[in-house]
Amino acid sequence: METLKKIAVPGLAIIAFLGLWEFIVWVNDWPNYKMASPSDLPPAFSRYSGLFIEMGWQTLWRTVAGLGLAVIVGTLIGMAMGFSKIARDALYPLLVGFNAIPKATLVPVIALIFIGQHDFNTVLMAFLISFFPIAVSVGIGLSTLEPEYRDILRSLGASKVTIFRKIALPKTLPEFFGALKVSVTLAFIGTNLVEIVSPHGRGLGALFKSGETNGDYPLMFAVLIALAALGIVLYYAVVALERIFAGWAERPQG
Amino acid sequence: MTNLIEIKGVTHAYRTKAGPLPVLDNLNVFVPEGEFCAVVGPSGCGKSTLTRLIAGLMKPDQGEVWLHGERVTSPRKTVGMAFQNPVLLEWRTIIDNVILPLEIVAQRMPQRDREERAMHLLEMVGLKGFENKRPSELSGGMRQRASLCRSIVHKPDVLIMDEPFGALDAFTREDLWQTMRDLRAAEPFTCVLITHDLRESVFLGDQVIVLSGRPARTQHVLDVDLPADRTIESLYTPEATDMLHLLRDQIRLAQGRDGGAH
Repeated sequence: METLKKIAVPGLAIIAFLGLWEFIVWVNDWPNYKMASPSDLPPAFSRYSGLFIEMGWQTLWRTVAGLGLAVIVGTLIGMAMGFSKIARDALYPLLVGFNAIPKATLVPVIALIFIGQHDFNTVLMAFLISFFPIAVSVGIGLSTLEPEYRDILRSLGASKVTIFRKIALPKTLPEFFGALKVSVTLAFIGTNLVEIVSPHGRGLGALFKSGETNGDYPLMFAVLIALAALGIVLYYAVVALERIFAGWAERPQG
Repeated sequence: MTNLIEIKGVTHAYRTKAGPLPVLDNLNVFVPEGEFCAVVGPSGCGKSTLTRLIAGLMKPDQGEVWLHGERVTSPRKTVGMAFQNPVLLEWRTIIDNVILPLEIVAQRMPQRDREERAMHLLEMVGLKGFENKRPSELSGGMRQRASLCRSIVHKPDVLIMDEPFGALDAFTREDLWQTMRDLRAAEPFTCVLITHDLRESVFLGDQVIVLSGRPARTQHVLDVDLPADRTIESLYTPEATDMLHLLRDQIRLAQGRDGGAH
């Protein structure tokens, strides 16, 4: 019963959303080139199903690769900022400044530095756009560790590595996963940015671009829906990991 | 009886933006082996600094801290600590929390022996049946009991407690005093207890040290002349009441020196 409810409630919400969308298009009598309706999407999907799978896979693996890189680098930067005040003072303004740059402006820059390396550029952008929340949350999680937590192990002569492994690392996991949920959608944006802007790109972004070039509006909307679906899949993959590794932080509701 | 803890002429100051802030001034404390030493004093007089010095977590500017005839210059494995905040690790079960110190100081000890030792302590403090719960599922008093078990699971020579019962309600606190008394009877340890509660100091302490206001020095040492098997009722005897009055006067004196409120 509980699991049924868990699936039924969001499922019904999605159906209601699609119904409303269909209704608005129908009531306004919008043509396809103005706004496609949900009923236009299945034909678009079936016509290009091969492309969707191929391009979807391109987008997916590059997003995950960029995100993986963001996890590694973000965690390392966060550790440096969490453990050393000097590193924190030095890195914060740089990171905030870098994060404030609209990443779309970086696409041509990267494209010029690494000409033609589409995979690399895409992964790099997914990484650049998504490491910031991870670095900040790990940094804050580590630097706000209450001294008593450290003292219970330090008073026993435990090494810094032991204290990190036994206390600081697990204690930071909830913050880390919170940041990862933000980063996973950001990484998607980064991947698609490059895919859309690059000439002769691959991935769902490129498919969107080709739909635009050919005036195939249902295809463009179908890509948007595919992106949303991939985003949901990745997001819940992170949620599943969170349950496994930081499930203890979840308080029983009631 | 030899002194297990010797604090000789310890002076310490924190470096702050407004200049050095002296917290301890030529402090002398001697605790014989097996004794329970309660330390009371006005707020902010440097009591917590004292615990960190004994644990070897920091070094005094001047003076020496000796433990078991060895000068303390760094943390030692033979110390147990408990704080006002139980600082249990939320991602571990209660029994795994209690085992934590053994993972550091007794790395060769088989897991089964560790669990047996932890269970024995949990049973003594009345937490049997809660060993597989998470800290968030327990009440404040129960969490503090688990924290006590963790602080003595590795049989430390010295137990250092910094206001461990400060955040509990009055009745839970009295329960915990009795738990402490029973634990001490079952497995003797030397203890330094920092507290704001004079009744607590008299109920648990063999000696009560009153620190003066900041910078703290030993203002008064009271030998608690009550039997070891004290009950809460012992606190209402004329002897205990006299001691409480005396301590109260000493605290007033200590606060006065600080130039603070009455």
